[in-house]
Amino acid sequence: MRFVDEFREPALISKTAEEIRRLAGTTRHYRMMEVCGGHTHAIYRFGLKDILPENIELIHGPGCPVCVLPMGRIDDGLSIARQPDVIFAAFGDMMRVPGTQGSPLEHKARGMDVRIVYSPSDALKLARLNPDKHVMFFAIGFETTAPSTALTMMRARAEGIRNFSVFCNHVTIIPAIRAILDSPDMRLDAFIGPGHVSTVIGCRPYEWIAHNERKPIVVSGFEPLDMLQSIVMLLHQLKGGEAKVENQYKRVVPWEGNRAALKAMAEVFQLRPYFEWRGLGFISQSALRVNDKYAEWDAERRFAVPGIRVTDPKAAQCGEVLKGVLKPHQCKLFGRECTPERPIGALMVSSEGSCAAYHSYEHRKAAMVSLSSIA
Amino acid sequence: MCLAIPGKIVEISSDNQDSALVDVAGVRRRIDLGLLQDDKPVPGDWVLVHVGFAMSKISAEDAADQMDTLRMLGEIDGAMQEVRGYGLEDVN
Repeated sequence: MRFVDEFREPALISKTAEEIRRLAGTTRHYRMMEVCGGHTHAIYRFGLKDILPENIELIHGPGCPVCVLPMGRIDDGLSIARQPDVIFAAFGDMMRVPGTQGSPLEHKARGMDVRIVYSPSDALKLARLNPDKHVMFFAIGFETTAPSTALTMMRARAEGIRNFSVFCNHVTIIPAIRAILDSPDMRLDAFIGPGHVSTVIGCRPYEWIAHNERKPIVVSGFEPLDMLQSIVMLLHQLKGGEAKVENQYKRVVPWEGNRAALKAMAEVFQLRPYFEWRGLGFISQSALRVNDKYAEWDAERRFAVPGIRVTDPKAAQCGEVLKGVLKPHQCKLFGRECTPERPIGALMVSSEGSCAAYHSYEHRKAAMVSLSSIA
Repeated sequence: MCLAIPGKIVEISSDNQDSALVDVAGVRRRIDLGLLQDDKPVPGDWVLVHVGFAMSKISAEDAADQMDTLRMLGEIDGAMQEVRGYGLEDVN
């Protein structure tokens, strides 16, 4: 428990860890999936695995939007931006993500007009500032960012700004969870539910996981104590033979979600019949597209999109890692061909991907241990 | 992009009720309140900001906790960079 002293409430952390140990016992093995990439990052950063007993296994889920985006979508977006007078605007997270002919940043170095924006509304502002150019916002994210894209498009329509469009890659979390549960090699006992996605969708959409699949799910905050408390709540349910949705993150997540945000999404988007996820393949009704009312602001309809498909190298075992069948370091490519600097598989692409998180922290820890043994 | 950054509402624009000035650890930036229509914040309230949009109201105590969490996660620099970027001042 080498990190415990750094936490805000070390006594409470120790007490909660003790409670987990007591509840978990020694006879049963528990497999819990944290759905959100933010949780994955926090688990490694805080060294929570060192605190948890060995029979609690955390499986890292699909909740990193950069990681699950197929490379073909990046190629498609960049191909639009290759047309004259188009500005490619995207969040900083996207800039180093490789397409088959390099990342957006590398395209910028070759002369493409690529801009980092921190908010979709800034992409719209770019369009106002550059009336003779077309600004294409490469939109990405789960329900945490989709409402902001939606509201920005509503503003563009209301103001009649026509040199602006969205290349929509927004995905939704529930179908991804369903795909994981449907997978035949998947064995999970419970879920740690995403925190910030749930501020938008609320807790209700998870009810089928509890009722139909009989798996407990606890929506959790991101602090070490939040996640440990969520694990305690899950263990209580599992030991009592219960399966329900609970909200550990009540201070931020309302049970009903954010109605205004859901309304904005419903105004602008509709479900795609299917969408490809890196590591998981095609999942039906798992992503959003721009609806007919907003067709004029839909980059996929305004421009010819090649619809490029790039299959991940067969040797990359992202799917198995996503489903918890393999640990990141058990993939044949991990740390050799596939590193955070030169990612091959989806989960190495962003710091919230489980392979990148594992690479940064577990490797560093291994290096620290070997250093301390020398000293 | 996935960061939730706490900010304190300093002022709401007189000409646009959906635009507010927030203070995030001393940095002031304009954010959009359009996704909190059902529960409009007022100056002095704390909100969690995602990609330049206020997404939920939180208490002052939770805001301080959230800043601590970002610090512990090693994401405080990224968060401040994101906030400074709102409004394009540092872009182009």
